[in-house]
Amino acid sequence: MSGPVVDDPIAVKPIAGPGEIMEVSMGPHHPSTHGVFRMDVRLDGERVVRLKPVFGYLHRNHEKIAEHGAYLASIPYTDRLDYLCSMTNNWGYVLAVEKLAGIAVPERAEYIRVIVGELTRFQNHAGLIGFLLQDMGASGTPLMYAFREREKILDLFEALSGARMMCNYMRFGGVRVDCSAEWLDEVRQLVGRLPRFLDEFESLLRANEILMARTQGVGVLPRELAISAGVTGPLLRASGVNYDIRKVDKYGIYDRFDFRVPLGDHGDVYDRYMVRLLELREMLKILEQALRDIPEGPVMDPKTRLRGLRPKAGEAYGRIESPKGELGFFLISDGTGNPYRYRVRPPSMINLTILEDMCLGQNIADVVIILGSVDIVLGEVDR
Amino acid sequence: MALPSPEEIKTLLETGVPGLRVTVLANGSPSAQHSLLIDREHGCAAAEFLRDHAELRLDFCSNVTGVDWPDTETTEKVKVKKVVTGADGVEQEQEVEETRKTKVPGYLEAVYHLFSMTQKHGPVVVRMRTANRTDDTHLPSLTPVWRSAEFQEREAFDLFGIVFDGHPDLRRILMWDGFVDYPMRKDYVPPADDILITGVKA
Repeated sequence: MSGPVVDDPIAVKPIAGPGEIMEVSMGPHHPSTHGVFRMDVRLDGERVVRLKPVFGYLHRNHEKIAEHGAYLASIPYTDRLDYLCSMTNNWGYVLAVEKLAGIAVPERAEYIRVIVGELTRFQNHAGLIGFLLQDMGASGTPLMYAFREREKILDLFEALSGARMMCNYMRFGGVRVDCSAEWLDEVRQLVGRLPRFLDEFESLLRANEILMARTQGVGVLPRELAISAGVTGPLLRASGVNYDIRKVDKYGIYDRFDFRVPLGDHGDVYDRYMVRLLELREMLKILEQALRDIPEGPVMDPKTRLRGLRPKAGEAYGRIESPKGELGFFLISDGTGNPYRYRVRPPSMINLTILEDMCLGQNIADVVIILGSVDIVLGEVDR
Repeated sequence: MALPSPEEIKTLLETGVPGLRVTVLANGSPSAQHSLLIDREHGCAAAEFLRDHAELRLDFCSNVTGVDWPDTETTEKVKVKKVVTGADGVEQEQEVEETRKTKVPGYLEAVYHLFSMTQKHGPVVVRMRTANRTDDTHLPSLTPVWRSAEFQEREAFDLFGIVFDGHPDLRRILMWDGFVDYPMRKDYVPPADDILITGVKA
């Protein structure tokens, strides 16, 4: 290129010639980024030689807002973190407050938490697999199948909490309202039908040749790097690390359920897809056991003060296995009615740390499915 | 394997890393997650020791965050002997009560929550503190020890202004590059939201 150098930041850069590196800005408005997320990609031909994630477009300083409000006032805000999984966000937060203030939870409430938590995980994983296949070009069908079932789960959430997505359902010391026997029957009926959906959903594309060619050996995440980079959730287990917080911490009543933890061998995109498919089956096992054993009783600890909770000065870190990974809340109390420090450990953001490592040397088209297999929600990445 | 108590980890650290100063900070909440305050000069060595120790094996650095502790003022009443001239012109020694204000300088704190994926235990809470909140806000970066600290230390730099020495790519992460203040500090004043600035000044 000859001619005068124009110092204009938005000037169109020339297309790279042979052997030159081209810089592409993928996003923030790109359908495959699942939100407002951008990647600065440098390409040698079609091969990725550098990739830097850029985010913060949805940043509203969630943590500062929560530090200005009472402990109770933050629960509806946590719905908006990972806006597909409001129930598990609530759970992570109330678990941290319960640790901070030493609050006990009645048995029935623990069972309801497990039921709504696993239903949340189910609709998240099914939806994610639908989106992942959509990114690979399986337009519509898998996603619509997943969303058909998700719709039924959201209807159940609406019947229970009044809202489909922003449920605001859990409270420290229990849950907001009890569920009816009819509601439990509806969940039982749904859980009875879901295995058939899974058979259908799996047989759609699991052994498809194109899917295998696109995903096997793509975006490999080695086991040691996954541990060092603090990757959690299905992404970690696909790399063969047996670490599920439901098994490790046994928070709530997870020690009572019999379920297995699916693990991958290669840590590629196909393993992440398969681990999620197998986890869907295990969730149904947990749901069946919880629906069988749920006792009668209160759903709120009567001694808990919801309004005007003032925990003793101290701190607590509580974490759960959210559908995306380890969702943690770190709270410091100074004895007043609002937290001195409120920190969210967002699994989506920390799982992005190794996005560049997974994409280096891959084709630009593979970046889309590697990002899709990480499973991010920008409401949680940016907070 | 059960996790050793904070006091036991303190002795392990002090024998394993020569010159390291460790203080156990008690936690008053029922969670009983006590933390270890380590000095910043030996931060990296201590982190490597915790990661590689055969019994601890804290290979998973889950959560990294900052905490702001602003300057505080303590007031105490002190009795001071003073020579007072009375109404009759005679000098007398009297005890007078005075309030004295002492300024305790604040600091920024980085908190690391460590777990072990191989031993399946945790958390071990490790803290480091800066000298003050204004001109010496440096801490050693633990990203070379645990890769998971990369984005989280960037976030603590972005929102609290803790400068992590040795970090491979210390840039703002959530706020934009031209932003000047640190929004998560306790004395941060947000801009007036009734004024809408359109366009960028040259």
